[in-house]
Amino acid sequence: MSVLVNKETKVITQGMTGKAGTFHTLACREYGTQMVAGVGPGKGGKEHEGIPLFNTVREARDATGGNVSVIYVPAPFAADAIMEAVDADLDLVVCITEGIPVLDMLRVKEFMSGRKARLIGPNCPGIITPGEAKIGIMPGQIHMPGPVGVVSRSGTLTYEAVFQLTELGIGQSTCIGIGGDPLNGTNFIDCLKLFNDDPQTEAVVMIGEIGGSAEEEAAQWISENMKKPVVSFIAGATAPKGRTMGHAGAIVSGSSGTAEGKFKALEAAGVHIVRSPAEIGAKVKEVMG
Amino acid sequence: MNLHEYQSKQLMSAYGLPILDGVLCYTPGEVEAAVDNLGGDLWVIKAQVHAGGRGKAGGVKLARSAEEARKLAESIIGMRLVTPQTGKAGKLVRKVYVEKGCNISKEFYLSMLVDRAAGNISIVASSEGGMDIEEVAEKSPDKIIRVGVNYGVGLLPFQCVQLGLRLGLNASQARKLSELLYPLYDMFLENDLSLLEINPLVLTAEDQFIVLDAKCSIDNNSLFRHPDLKELKDYDEIDPKDLQAGKHGLSYVALDGTIGCMVNGAGLAMATMDIIKHYGGSPANFLDVGGGASKETVTEAFKILLSDKNVRAILINIFGGIMKCDVIANGVVEAAKELGVNVPLVVRLQGTNVDLGRKILADSGLKITPAETMAEAAQAAVNAAK
Repeated sequence: MSVLVNKETKVITQGMTGKAGTFHTLACREYGTQMVAGVGPGKGGKEHEGIPLFNTVREARDATGGNVSVIYVPAPFAADAIMEAVDADLDLVVCITEGIPVLDMLRVKEFMSGRKARLIGPNCPGIITPGEAKIGIMPGQIHMPGPVGVVSRSGTLTYEAVFQLTELGIGQSTCIGIGGDPLNGTNFIDCLKLFNDDPQTEAVVMIGEIGGSAEEEAAQWISENMKKPVVSFIAGATAPKGRTMGHAGAIVSGSSGTAEGKFKALEAAGVHIVRSPAEIGAKVKEVMG
Repeated sequence: MNLHEYQSKQLMSAYGLPILDGVLCYTPGEVEAAVDNLGGDLWVIKAQVHAGGRGKAGGVKLARSAEEARKLAESIIGMRLVTPQTGKAGKLVRKVYVEKGCNISKEFYLSMLVDRAAGNISIVASSEGGMDIEEVAEKSPDKIIRVGVNYGVGLLPFQCVQLGLRLGLNASQARKLSELLYPLYDMFLENDLSLLEINPLVLTAEDQFIVLDAKCSIDNNSLFRHPDLKELKDYDEIDPKDLQAGKHGLSYVALDGTIGCMVNGAGLAMATMDIIKHYGGSPANFLDVGGGASKETVTEAFKILLSDKNVRAILINIFGGIMKCDVIANGVVEAAKELGVNVPLVVRLQGTNVDLGRKILADSGLKITPAETMAEAAQAAVNAAK
């Protein structure tokens, strides 16, 4: 078991023929993911790297049974790509693209309401169920199948946490990068719910960042609902106020969104917090016994 | 991207919003002439820098004669304005905005921003105008009024009226406020603003609203569709190192510590700063080289780190995913040789092709302290910087 994606998942790539799209589509296929189609208006009927191309997501879905899309489309057009995938009623849309205007994402959120598809991202590394399906840009080889669910706002910091787990012989059920943007499709609570209900997942690593209040809201939910241990680190304790730290979402304004506030909220909710990012793996090991 | 007050007001003027007549000036002579042209008997001279808290710091002054205006301009232009938002070094004032005075009866706070949690556009208002709004929020949260505008539906008449009444306005004043809110909301959307702040919005003795101070931030990600707004960028307001970093696709924020950091990914870069602090050191910067760093970007990142005189050690922390460790190692070696790095260099590589990367560093003949884990790397860098 795992959450959201597994070896049955069939992936449609939007923006596959560009440099990044091609590179990562091949890497995902090599990992064993079923990469069934690519989409590009005017490219229907052609092939790219042995994968059939279609003009629209809907055509790709109908022809191949693809149920998940991954998006590498450039930022000015990415919101439209997300909405096209949502309109095609896919199960899951994973948007890797960074730099989408925030008002475009507000439009996406409006469009998605009442529809079936779930969005992961944007500005995220994607999602991987080790040994089954890798959808996104994370290095597959550092992962191993196992009992720990990982959810994070960051990319490389997630790899760091996963690497620590794997080094200690602790595998992962599914790792979800929810992205570093202020507005995203799937949040911490959505992922915690999924992991809570997943029989394979025995513990969860949650990696947050300064800015916003998603971690505080997650803490509240955890204290009321979570049946499994959660280990958490928040990046950005040393970041100054009012400066954006790379991710558009990572900004401390006034007294809200600080790392300290998030650590405290999580600790109060019974989460096992680690103050050093080097101790994430060790803490999971300790907690799982 | 932040706009100056005068630029924000130019934008507002295009939306028919009530602003006072004003002139942008670079010299005291221009200020004197501006005062003559504007007419009246009271003027405000305002420093144009990207920082809040200008008034308290002495960057906003009232003048009652052309001569006084000139004298005040002499003291403001060329000063380094130090506010809570500028850091100790302050910001050099290069220009001032001269405005006619007005007859203030009451001051309000009004802003619009994207509310990430609610997924809508939020209007924030308070009857405590002119003050630091964060202070108001902390001390008297009941004085802060928030209205969520559904993006799909747009601003509604009842929301405007309710906002006005909750601010303590009478019906006629509330109607006048509504007439402001619609164009402000349009301006927010049409220009992809991430923040629009009016503090204060004043009600004059004649019962008219006037935008007395204004601040706009534009969503950087939207600039591709706003070539006209892009032109408004004031390069004087940006740290030269930030500018240099931006040109090469690096994300850089200067801090005041002694350990220069070079990391890939924003989250890992913040975590690296945190772990340095955890072991008793202090980071000199946040520097994210991004996902696709090449030898050139590594060289540029080095240049930026080395140009910071406070840097006593450099910590490179790269988790190679897409980015291969051997490519990074080659970049580090070549850049270090080219630039002659004279501070201790701690390098932690992990991920794709890590063995090859480590071998390249070991064979380079450079004095590099290798580290396997983040903890090891941070401790080594903290010791080296002592």
